[in-house]
Amino acid sequence: MTTPPVTMPGGRGSRIEAIRSSVASTNAAPIYLVLFVVFLAAWLIVSLAGGHFVTIDNLTSMLVRSVALGIVAAGQTVVILAGSLDLSVAYLISVSALISSLIMNGEPSRIVVAVLAVIGIAVIVGLANGLLVTKLRVNAFIATLGVGLILRGLLNAAFDNFAGKVAPQFEVLGYGTLGPIPWSVIVLAATMLGVWFLLRSTRFGHHLYAVGGNEETARLSGVRSHRVVIGAHILCSLAAVLTGLFLVARIRAGAPWIGPDGGYDLESIAAVVVGGTALAGGRGGVWGTFAGVLILAIIDNAFNALQFNSFVKDVVRGVIIVAAVAIYAQRERRAGR
Amino acid sequence: MTGGLTQITPPSPELAIPNAVDAGWRDRLVRSLRGAGPIFVILVVLLVLITLRNPNFAKPSVFLAFLKAAAPLAILAAGQLFVIVSGEIDLSVGSLITVVVTSAALMIAGNPALALPVIAVLFGIGILVGLVNGVVTTRLGVPSFIATLGMLLVLSGGIFYLTGGAPRGSLSENFRAFGRGNIEGFPVIGRLPISVVILLVIAIVAWWLLHRTNFGQQLVATGGNSRAAQLAGIDIKAVRTVAFILSGISAVIAGILLGGFAGVSAQVGQTFEFQAISAAVLGGAVLGGGRGSIPTTIAGALTLQALFTLLNLYGFPTPIRDSVQGLIIIGAVAYASYRLRGAR
Repeated sequence: MTTPPVTMPGGRGSRIEAIRSSVASTNAAPIYLVLFVVFLAAWLIVSLAGGHFVTIDNLTSMLVRSVALGIVAAGQTVVILAGSLDLSVAYLISVSALISSLIMNGEPSRIVVAVLAVIGIAVIVGLANGLLVTKLRVNAFIATLGVGLILRGLLNAAFDNFAGKVAPQFEVLGYGTLGPIPWSVIVLAATMLGVWFLLRSTRFGHHLYAVGGNEETARLSGVRSHRVVIGAHILCSLAAVLTGLFLVARIRAGAPWIGPDGGYDLESIAAVVVGGTALAGGRGGVWGTFAGVLILAIIDNAFNALQFNSFVKDVVRGVIIVAAVAIYAQRERRAGR
Repeated sequence: MTGGLTQITPPSPELAIPNAVDAGWRDRLVRSLRGAGPIFVILVVLLVLITLRNPNFAKPSVFLAFLKAAAPLAILAAGQLFVIVSGEIDLSVGSLITVVVTSAALMIAGNPALALPVIAVLFGIGILVGLVNGVVTTRLGVPSFIATLGMLLVLSGGIFYLTGGAPRGSLSENFRAFGRGNIEGFPVIGRLPISVVILLVIAIVAWWLLHRTNFGQQLVATGGNSRAAQLAGIDIKAVRTVAFILSGISAVIAGILLGGFAGVSAQVGQTFEFQAISAAVLGGAVLGGGRGSIPTTIAGALTLQALFTLLNLYGFPTPIRDSVQGLIIIGAVAYASYRLRGAR
């Protein structure tokens, strides 16, 4: 990627051109360079400290740690591309974990029902977010924060600790492997590929970039922008629910603190922007997000290996997130916007 | 851009009456009440509901205790409003409050002589945090959501460093007096909480700054349409940076009051950033900038506090607060944007 695409404010240039240049920006080469550098630095530092960084075990554990954040961040990418954002995912993850574990209650026969139930919840929550943002024109920050608060209140009023129990067969999602590859990593890869395909090769994906780039222009070009934004919110909720299912398969029972304790709301947004997707929408892609998730996981892993105080980890993480976005902003400025 | 000019007209009820020179005070009052929005109505209804359940609430001392509990949030919301009006957002204030409380306890360690110097240091920290937020946002071009999120992470790392999970040190009595002390022997009401006086002073200063100074006008113009503001000769980067500094200062004051009122803990500032943003939005501020007023923002903060009080009185489990808060802010913003659309 040499020139960041420019969204035309005045509708100059054809819509197809705008869409093509937006889609081209899913090329996330620079962030992979950063990922590579971070990886090498972590390897070097951990090795110098006498630890083992590049072992199959450690790399696998890093990937498995990335699964939860990766799936929800893939969904977050979709809403952010549409020019919105979703702060309710952390609580939706808890809802998904709790409801599925309660419905299953150890019974393998209820796995399908549990999964269908949480998918239903995802559709309802995503629809609510999307309708609030589009039809009632509530700012996405407030709308999804509000929906998150509603879910949080209900969760904490009804549960204070573990409830229910997943079926033993369901734990495969958290612990099982297909040959050498954990199922969870396959699920992550499938989610990423699915979102990538959606963004790149479907009409919905192209509309998403158009709406995120300039909703008014997209609407005047005949894109039903409300439907696109609502669809994006539903997809993001589905991703959050999938993360909840993965987490509950690992923890084996649902609890109200699963989502918020992981900080999945702000963390997923951070991963998306570290991956080069513009918070304002319309530019970026899911592979950048994947790199962003891996970068955060490497930092996590390296600090754990060094047994550093976690405060340094928070500080480094904060600095890296801001620095990454600052670099993007500078590049964009230099490119002569 | 047809909306450019209308967007930079002042949003506050006081300033929104360009032709009110000849209007009588009654007319002006009606207009400003209408402009102020429904938040005062909601607040009064909530206060009446509380009083119906607990008639003691109407007593000056009990009502003042309510104001005392609400003061930190109201002050924080007033500071946040400057940032919101300028078109940005500040997510770092909650963790800044915790930094203020825990580092004050650590530095004072129970020694009253250190209270004032430590307060000076705290203000230094607040100004520095605001300055960094402002510079990273305006000079480096990082969206304020991310810039202040990064600051939140850095500060929460700092809190952990200072406390190791459990706060150390303690606050001296003279430091805690700001948050929980009273001025005794006051006529009529007896005792006046110091924090209520501080709230009043901050409210007046903030109102004057936002609604009566050039800086306030420039802030509104910057948030309403930054390009137009820039072309009009406003240094929008400086204006926004000052807004972040004001937000940082408000977090320091809120932290000092909370340290006195609620004591030292590593969780004291948690979720305050969202509450402050909610209060401003309840008061009619628009995320994205250009609209907002200090009196309604403070009313928004009092409304949130009244809501919590009411839910407690009616025996709702504490978590339900969150759900009701969520419903109310969504409702308020939906109503505001509905009205805004009608006005155009």
